[in-house]
This record gives sequence, C-alpha cells and structure tokens, in this order.
Amino acid sequence: MSKPEFVYTTFINTTPEKLWHALTDTAFTERYWFGCSLQSDWKVGSPMQMTRDGQIMNECVILESDPPRRLSYSWLTVFDDDMKQERPSRVTFVLEPTTRGAVKLTVTHEGFAAGSKTLPSISEGWPLVLSSLKSILETGQPLAFEKPRAA
Amino acid sequence: MDISGFKPAIVYTIYIASTPEKIWQALTSAEFSRQYFSGFLVEIEPRVGGAFAVNMPDGAPHITGEVIEYDPPRRLTITWDVNWPGLLEALGPTLVTYELEPAGDAVRLTLIQAHDRAIDDDILSAGRMGWPAILSGLKSLLETGHAPKIQMPPPLKMLEALKQLGVTVPGM
Repeated sequence: MSKPEFVYTTFINTTPEKLWHALTDTAFTERYWFGCSLQSDWKVGSPMQMTRDGQIMNECVILESDPPRRLSYSWLTVFDDDMKQERPSRVTFVLEPTTRGAVKLTVTHEGFAAGSKTLPSISEGWPLVLSSLKSILETGQPLAFEKPRAA
Repeated sequence: MDISGFKPAIVYTIYIASTPEKIWQALTSAEFSRQYFSGFLVEIEPRVGGAFAVNMPDGAPHITGEVIEYDPPRRLTITWDVNWPGLLEALGPTLVTYELEPAGDAVRLTLIQAHDRAIDDDILSAGRMGWPAILSGLKSLLETGHAPKIQMPPPLKMLEALKQLGVTVPGM
C-alpha cells in the first residue's frame, strides 16, 4: 500500500464520546468548521453532505462508522469544477484515549489522483478545522478568523 | 552554519488563539516548556550563534543546539541534537524552525524539522508523534491555562533504528 498523502495528529483534552459528537453533530460542526455543517445519519453506506451557506461543498459516503473509535467517509469536493472531476478520496478519523486523559485524534486523507487540486486544498484546511475543533472542545470557543463586520 | 542543503522531513501546522509574542515566549522559556513539554526545560541565548538547550526535568542535558535564525516573534531556527553518543555522527544535525504568522484572531504556528540527508522513516516516526503532542500541549496551555498530560509510549521503532546505526541509547 502506498503511504497516505495527508496525516494529521492532535491531542484534545476531552472524551472520545464528546469528540465523536463534535465530528458528527450538524449544529456543533457548524460552530467550529468555519460555517460548514455536516449532515448524515452516519450509517455505513449513507450519504453525508458538507454545506456552507446552503451550498454543497463536499459530497461524501460513510465507509466506516464505529463510535466512538473510528469514522471513515469518501470525499468529493464539488464547489470547484476541476476538483469535481477527480475521483473521490477517503478520510479516516481514529480516536484513541491516552492513559492521562487526552484523546489522540489521527486524521488520514488519502487516495488522491496524481496532480489533484483537492490535496493542497485539504492540506491547508485540516490544520485549521482541527485546531478550531480542539479549541471549542477545550475552551468552548472555536477559532475566529474573521473580525466581526462593522455595521 | 550553511543550512541551504537542509530539506524538510516533518512539517506540522497548528493555529492558536494567542499572540505571536506569547507563543514566542512559550517556545523559548523553561517556565512554559516544563508545563507543555513533559517537564523539559528549554533554554536559549537570544541571538544568532547563541546556545540552545532542552534539559531534562532534573536539569541534566538532553538536547543541545545553536541559534541559526532569530527574528522574534516571527521566525526561530535552531539546531536540535539529542545528546546520545553517536547520534550526531549517524544523523547529522537536526534543524528545527518555528514560523509564526498572524491569522485572523489566531496565530498560525508551523514547525519544520529538516535534515541534510535522507533519514529513515522509523527514526522520523518519533517526531511525527512527538511534535503534535508538544504543540497540542502548547496550544492548550496558552488557550486554557493548563496543558493536558499526554503520556506517550516510548518510540520503540526509532530507538531500534538508532541502535542499528550504532547510537548509544540510554537504558537500552
């Protein structure tokens, strides 16, 4: 097997159950995923949509769902005409409790075509989303990247 | 030291709700590092050519290096060599760079570990796990006031690979 193109690990001071909820609850995802929300019944074979402001960003299908340990879905970016033509990639979340309390979260995103436009996009995106996820679970606040607009 | 021949082997990016000045302080002072970096004590002479060290919680030397680039609070490059007999000869110097960039109300912190030669994946596996643990702890400390205790299993693959290269690994 070839090496996955993207791997990101973070340690979050939370429980696997709360982390699973944060990864799969529509309203909760919208709070930290920079306006993106995820909708699915999270059963294997079910569709999952990631939408922002009513526009579908990514179309996904649930491939593995073993709460609160392992979640995997296919990933097709559809907001960009070039990315929409690519074959779907696959993202996998592995949640592991550590002995001292923090949960180790490993996100693997793989299976990209040669010259994929999606790969550089997700490589920028995951550190942002996962940093914001860690912040909201530990402090109650996501990361803010836009100043409040002046009235 | 000429660093033009070094290539990144590990890159890790994390966003922290803090200021570049506070992150810089946390990266370069023992007072902070002991809280997020398993009790280790970071010491640095704040100038290019100055000494860099990471000491054990009891003060014994563990990592020594030299300051290569010093541009607070934007960019810090140091050599980062674990003091195990034979390690520097086997791996060459390890170069560590921290880049800090404002990103909205947060700061983008990028860690780059670079080498002047190809390094075995088993040896790099320790850093691939260690940097996320250290920098996750740093983010927690700055955002919440305390870092979670992250217990890491010993990096057995790395230790075995180093032994094969003739490095003396303490306790093995």
